[in-house]
Amino acid sequence: MARRGTALRAQRKARRARKKIEGCNSKRAPGSKEVHVLAVDDSLVDRKVIERLLKISSCKVTAVDSGRRALQLLGMDEQSGHADSDGLKVDLIITDYYMPGMTGFELLKKIKESSSLREIPVVVMSSENTLARVDRCLEGGAEEFIVKPVKLSDVKRLRSYTNREVRNHCRRIHKRKHQEFHQEDPQPPTLPPSDPLIPASVAASS
Amino acid sequence: MDQRNQFHRQVALMRQSLFDQGYIDEQFVQLEELQDDTNPNFVEEVVTLYYRDSARLIVSIEQALDKSPLDFNKLDSLMHQFKGSSSSIGARKVKAECTQFREYCKAENGEGCMRTFQQMKKEYATLKKRLEAYFQLARQAGPSQAASRPK
Repeated sequence: MARRGTALRAQRKARRARKKIEGCNSKRAPGSKEVHVLAVDDSLVDRKVIERLLKISSCKVTAVDSGRRALQLLGMDEQSGHADSDGLKVDLIITDYYMPGMTGFELLKKIKESSSLREIPVVVMSSENTLARVDRCLEGGAEEFIVKPVKLSDVKRLRSYTNREVRNHCRRIHKRKHQEFHQEDPQPPTLPPSDPLIPASVAASS
Repeated sequence: MDQRNQFHRQVALMRQSLFDQGYIDEQFVQLEELQDDTNPNFVEEVVTLYYRDSARLIVSIEQALDKSPLDFNKLDSLMHQFKGSSSSIGARKVKAECTQFREYCKAENGEGCMRTFQQMKKEYATLKKRLEAYFQLARQAGPSQAASRPK
């Protein structure tokens, strides 16, 4: 009986996770969550373009002109470096590298140093793609380095970072559940290669 | 050929010559891909914004070129911004002049900077005229499949 209850709970959790993943798709179920991207660029022209690129890719966009403003919105206190829970909730941050005041790299570091913000994937854009700069950003925790000018194909690829976060989240839940209640089960759930957006546990239960 | 088709043909020819003559590049096409029924004038809006916004950068560069001695770091930084926006709208010839300007900054060649800057302003002004004419004709022609993102 206990085992069945556990399976039901796992199923419910998987359904919730699937809803979250579906929220990341462009064909959204009504009422489910859109991918929210925070775009940071000091160039007015580039902000307009990136905003449009993201909206066309079915993302909700908040565009700001500086790293400082971005951190403010995310609820980070400049002095303490601590982010409060009232900050803007975003699924991805895309930032220009070369900006006056705080560079994109400095913004990246601040986000990755924050316990509450570090899970947010950060992508860096730059017109200059010297190996040193790319390495620096990737080593600093950026998911990707995009060479400007940004294209629609670049943006369409970015959505997978938000999906991956949710996928990893699901993986962690199901791995834990399996470990707790099915100790003899050696195989943690893996994603079927045919459909990367639906976890194996969901596919199995449907 | 009826009037509307004539217009569309003219618009297409004008557009093609902008590419053939090297005034615009692939990035312009990227912007066109972002145009649709909900945003039918997106490219024109971005170009208008570019000309408005970059005007102040040009003034800043002019002021910096007036100083003595020249601050090449500052000039390079200003031109980096200008080049970025120009690149974002696909302004190919303008972008090439920006690149040249930055080379002269690296070489600390003031004369080269000034010459290139004058050349850049010419290209910038020519492109503006050409694009204004193009957008005006495109508006007259009305919406066409070519102007919108393929569904």
